[in-house]
Amino acid sequence: MTDPQTASLIHARGLTKRFGDFTAVDAVDFDVAPAEAFGFLGPNGAGKTSTMRMIGGVSPVTEGTLTVRGLDPRTHGPEIRARLGVVPQQDTLDTELTVRENLVLYGRYFGLSRAECNKRADELLDFAQLTERQNDEVEPLSGGMKRRLTIARSLINQPDLLLLDEPTTGLDPQARHLLWDRLYRLKQRGVTLVLTTHYMDEAEQLCDRLVVMDKAKIVAEGSPRQLIDRYSTREVAELRFAPDVHEHLDGQLDGLADRVERLADRVLLYADDGEAVAVAAHERGLKPEAVLVRRSTLEDVFLRLTGRSLIE
Amino acid sequence: MAGISRVLEHRLVQYRRTFRSSVFTSFLSPLLFLTAMGLGLGGYVDRSGTAALGGLTYLEFLAPGLLAATVMQSAAFEATFPIIGGLNWQRTFHAMYATPLSPRDIALGNLVWMAIRVAMIATVFTAIIVLFGAAHSPLVILGIPVAVLTGMSFAAPISAFSATQRTPNQFNVIFRFGITPLFLFSGTFFPIETLPSYLQPIAWLSPLWHGVDLTRGIVLGTLADRPVQMLIHVIVLAVIVTVSSWATIVTIERRLVKG
Repeated sequence: MTDPQTASLIHARGLTKRFGDFTAVDAVDFDVAPAEAFGFLGPNGAGKTSTMRMIGGVSPVTEGTLTVRGLDPRTHGPEIRARLGVVPQQDTLDTELTVRENLVLYGRYFGLSRAECNKRADELLDFAQLTERQNDEVEPLSGGMKRRLTIARSLINQPDLLLLDEPTTGLDPQARHLLWDRLYRLKQRGVTLVLTTHYMDEAEQLCDRLVVMDKAKIVAEGSPRQLIDRYSTREVAELRFAPDVHEHLDGQLDGLADRVERLADRVLLYADDGEAVAVAAHERGLKPEAVLVRRSTLEDVFLRLTGRSLIE
Repeated sequence: MAGISRVLEHRLVQYRRTFRSSVFTSFLSPLLFLTAMGLGLGGYVDRSGTAALGGLTYLEFLAPGLLAATVMQSAAFEATFPIIGGLNWQRTFHAMYATPLSPRDIALGNLVWMAIRVAMIATVFTAIIVLFGAAHSPLVILGIPVAVLTGMSFAAPISAFSATQRTPNQFNVIFRFGITPLFLFSGTFFPIETLPSYLQPIAWLSPLWHGVDLTRGIVLGTLADRPVQMLIHVIVLAVIVTVSSWATIVTIERRLVKG
């Protein structure tokens, strides 16, 4: 029999974090296996960052069990951090120093020799596509470049576990895709990725498995595909009505689809055949201003589980 | 120790970028003060004889006190903005805390850096005292370690306070109601015995007065006349530095754990 605490890289049971009377993380259970990409999906304030900070050994566990590689962060914080890569939500780069200086100094924090730091910095600059900017100060770099540098920096100690707290929040789509590509390469090299996000597309792109968090609790767990199959239909028809029509839709949509969600600005009809539902709505005499039929996403899963949107 | 030296290395790399302007400033300040107060005002004071200052010229009297007062100001500056920046603006201390470095390494690394900065400023200042011919004896060199002790008796408690702040708003209060009055009333420019007797106990509470009196005693070689008093100065300053270094570790750790 294998002990779950050693088989999984991260093992949490009843993990709780309280700040005074406020419970940020409420008795959550999860396991992360080596080489897997594991995500925490949820809105701001769901407890994702608090969970990540406990895993990272920088925020004490209030209650419950947490082990990282079988070690307890309460007693082995520095040992855990020595083999961990951390990409925090807010950049912590020294913006007055150069790109290369940031990498080398960070390597020195891990006790690496200066020669080794410089050698690794060369490789990481190439990986992060920042070689040409290596002698520039960090301050004028774009948000995407700073994030790439932060990721490069987190790899200087060659960790096999990388914690990414909202890695692409605030970036433009092009920068996000470039970053996802880099993270995907790391995953292929066997690096375990643990990330938080409130973007469902990010979770779908990167995560093998994820948990949905809401109000300090885990409300669902599975692969993106499993979660969609379990909590949503194959397709969704989105109908957008004129505001005065939208307010008086009561009852007119009943029975059209497996499930109906009325949002402030549109109506979501969940069915395996979205096109057929849109046609049926027309036949009832409903005249939406716009119709969009699409596949279900994790956004729909979240809406189903919590009754709210991920990004409000 | 290894962790402290890594934090120190970061500060050194940072300092390399501002090295030139910083050296210029550390020359300029003593130069201006010793010229204006020591030569200008001093020339005036010395006309009425040197008996009031125990046979010293005003410049000789002023120089060690001004050394202590100057390092106090530099130390206070080093203990405010760089600390709040590392915790709240650049957040470089959080980056360090994500590695095997501990809050203790981060706190002590920064305090050691402040001591090095104070030593650098004190060395430049002492060189200028010598150039001005205001050195009473070769003992002037001992002013440097005493200045480091005095500077740290400000750097350490102010660092502990800075780590509790998220904005620099309170720093003005420290400078305006703390540093500036101490600069003026701790025996730097005139012996505190000149103050009304009811104000003198206030000067005793000032770490700067202990620093000024100690620096003067050592640099002017009058130490042997008042050994007990000198020992008390050293103890007071050393206790302040020790207790508030520990407080800095605590406040920095609290702030880092909060995120």
